[in-house]
Amino acid sequence: MKIIACIKQVPDSEAKVKAENGQVSWGDAPLVINPFDEYAVEGALQQKEATDGTVTALCIGPESAKEALKHALAMGADEAVLVSDPALDGLDTLGAARVLAAAIQKIGGADMVVFGRQTLDNGAGLTPAQTARVLAWPMLGLAGQIKVQDGNVTVERVIEEGRQTVSAKLPAVLSVVQSIGEPRYPSFMGIRKASKATIPVWTLADLGIAAPAAVVTRAELMNPPSRETTVEIITGESPAEIADKLADKILAEKVL
Amino acid sequence: MKTFVYIDHFKGAVQPASWEALGLAKSFGSTVALVFGSGVESIAQSAFEAGADEVLLVDDPALLDYRAEPFASTLSALAHAATPDLILFPTTARTRELAAMSAVDLGTGVLTDVIALEADGDNLVATRPIYEGKVLEKSVCSSKPVMATLRARAFPKPAAEAGRTGTLTKAEAKAESLTNVEGYAVAENVVNLTDAGVIVSGGRGVSNNPSLGLDEMATAHKGFELVGELASVLDGAVGASRAAVDAGYIPYSNQVGQTGKVVSPDLYIAAGISGAIQHLVGMRNAKLIVAINKDADAPIFTQARYGVVGDLFAILPALTEAFKKKLGK
Ligand SMILES: Cc1cc2nc3c(=O)[nH]c(=O)nc-3n(C[C@H](O)[C@H](O)[C@H](O)COP(=O)(O)OP(=O)(O)OC[C@H]3O[C@@H](n4cnc5c(N)ncnc54)[C@H](O)[C@@H]3O)c2cc1C
Ligand SMILES: Nc1ncnc2c1ncn2[C@@H]1O[C@H](COP(=O)(O)O)[C@@H](O)[C@H]1O
Repeated sequence: MKIIACIKQVPDSEAKVKAENGQVSWGDAPLVINPFDEYAVEGALQQKEATDGTVTALCIGPESAKEALKHALAMGADEAVLVSDPALDGLDTLGAARVLAAAIQKIGGADMVVFGRQTLDNGAGLTPAQTARVLAWPMLGLAGQIKVQDGNVTVERVIEEGRQTVSAKLPAVLSVVQSIGEPRYPSFMGIRKASKATIPVWTLADLGIAAPAAVVTRAELMNPPSRETTVEIITGESPAEIADKLADKILAEKVL
Repeated sequence: MKTFVYIDHFKGAVQPASWEALGLAKSFGSTVALVFGSGVESIAQSAFEAGADEVLLVDDPALLDYRAEPFASTLSALAHAATPDLILFPTTARTRELAAMSAVDLGTGVLTDVIALEADGDNLVATRPIYEGKVLEKSVCSSKPVMATLRARAFPKPAAEAGRTGTLTKAEAKAESLTNVEGYAVAENVVNLTDAGVIVSGGRGVSNNPSLGLDEMATAHKGFELVGELASVLDGAVGASRAAVDAGYIPYSNQVGQTGKVVSPDLYIAAGISGAIQHLVGMRNAKLIVAINKDADAPIFTQARYGVVGDLFAILPALTEAFKKKLGK
């Protein structure tokens, strides 16, 4: 089975991100593969193993995003493609979906395209379903488990109310959640292979499409209001006394 | 301004944030509630009582189970016909897909997880958390309709007016679907963390020892019983850190944090949770945070208003008892 995993590069989740002079800054924190997309690569690799298939990691981003693709290669992806073009600055999710769909076609299509649940930076969680809609493929979102049989894919989807089993004919677009299983660590062999890999870079001209105009744009950036953080430690002679004092404090805050 | 409000429900149980969306829509002008499903006429009545001027009801056996494609096609067709300025949704797993797909059909944009929405001349300006809430952005959508999914509990719930009515319009479903629903495994205690006003969460500390022997597993379950008892006295929901979920003490649907749910209750009690950044990003918007941890240096105390440095196995049951008394339960 031919599988594509869509990944993005984002600032590490430990980074101290803030708004500075109208820009988002994260100091010298490293850029890493979007944590949710590590699950996407893991899910794709599980299906590669189950079906004797191949995995191509696909990313839209600047030249530096090759590092995120190398992480996917080191985990076990067979190939990687970067779509990079200055005209893609300020891309919104609908634009990303159109560009990803074009890149998926240029790769030669796939039986399955696996996405993460959402990006850490933009946090929209829209791109997978939008890509599916652009491709006119079925969308199986938030999969915690994937099973492929006879050209059909069945997933167990994790929704607010529990789990839902949904199926569709391949090719299909999936997004995965943490229940898919912990992303594997890159192997020594994988890291060597990744460091030697040459990753093709495609421009919009290579894809034969114009830059999609962004419909969603940022007007302003702000730091959230800083909250008062002095903690009052409740003490007492016994758990009962502490609990009694704490309950009174909580009741006085009128949050119940 | 004309606003569509999508009333999200699971098997007839409405996501309460749908009503919050309806309340916001009313502040902008005329509101049309969209109710899709099978046997959902009673939801239409609730929508009138919550303030909808009109309800577009698509009641069709083919829409019994939510699937993204037919729901999106139905929504897109209605929006094409009635040209609303704005379409609001509560933010749920379903609506992210639904809004995403309809936006492709309508060639417009979606603003997700919105915590404030203001009219600025002809523009609607949405405030939404990005980078896991470390930064806020104001964003605009330059085409119509503007689509926005609202974060639960970010907007006030309108008071229901019993017996209120409005214009009920029945519409057709676009039932074609590429996906099939095979079945459900609905959790026994359906947790609705995003809508909860009170959340009591447990972490790895609910088992005294992180390396899992059988005895520790037993303590872990005991720990979550204690978490659950306090939550139930406070009419709250049970949350968890990822360490507790990974250890198998409690299902993933209870997880709070970066890879779990982002919650904004009035009260969040964290027991045996260290306060890793990936947990904090999921809960630091709670109005009041209380931490119980035996390590006085645990980072969770930097976010908490009240803290207890102590053993959760002693403090949690005592706190449950104290609230039982004080709340007369
Ligand atoms: C990509 C990524 C995504 C992640 N997403 C999430 C997420 O969504 N949610 C999340 O929670 N984490 C997430 N994490 C994990 C996170 O980094 C932490 O590992 C996790 O939150 C730790 O859980 P914990 O606080 O329960 O455990 P620990 O850090 O082990 O803390 C346990 C705490 O319990 C205290 N304790 C022990 N026994 C007792 C007792 N008897 N009484 C009182 N206190 C006691 C200890 O002092 C300690 O502070 C993510 C990590 C990564 C890398
Ligand atoms: N620039 C990108 N390149 C490749 N995949 C992306 C990109 N942006 C988003 N995605 C994929 O779409 C998912 C959801 O992104 P978002 O809609 O931005 O939250 C991510 O988890 C990725 O799998």
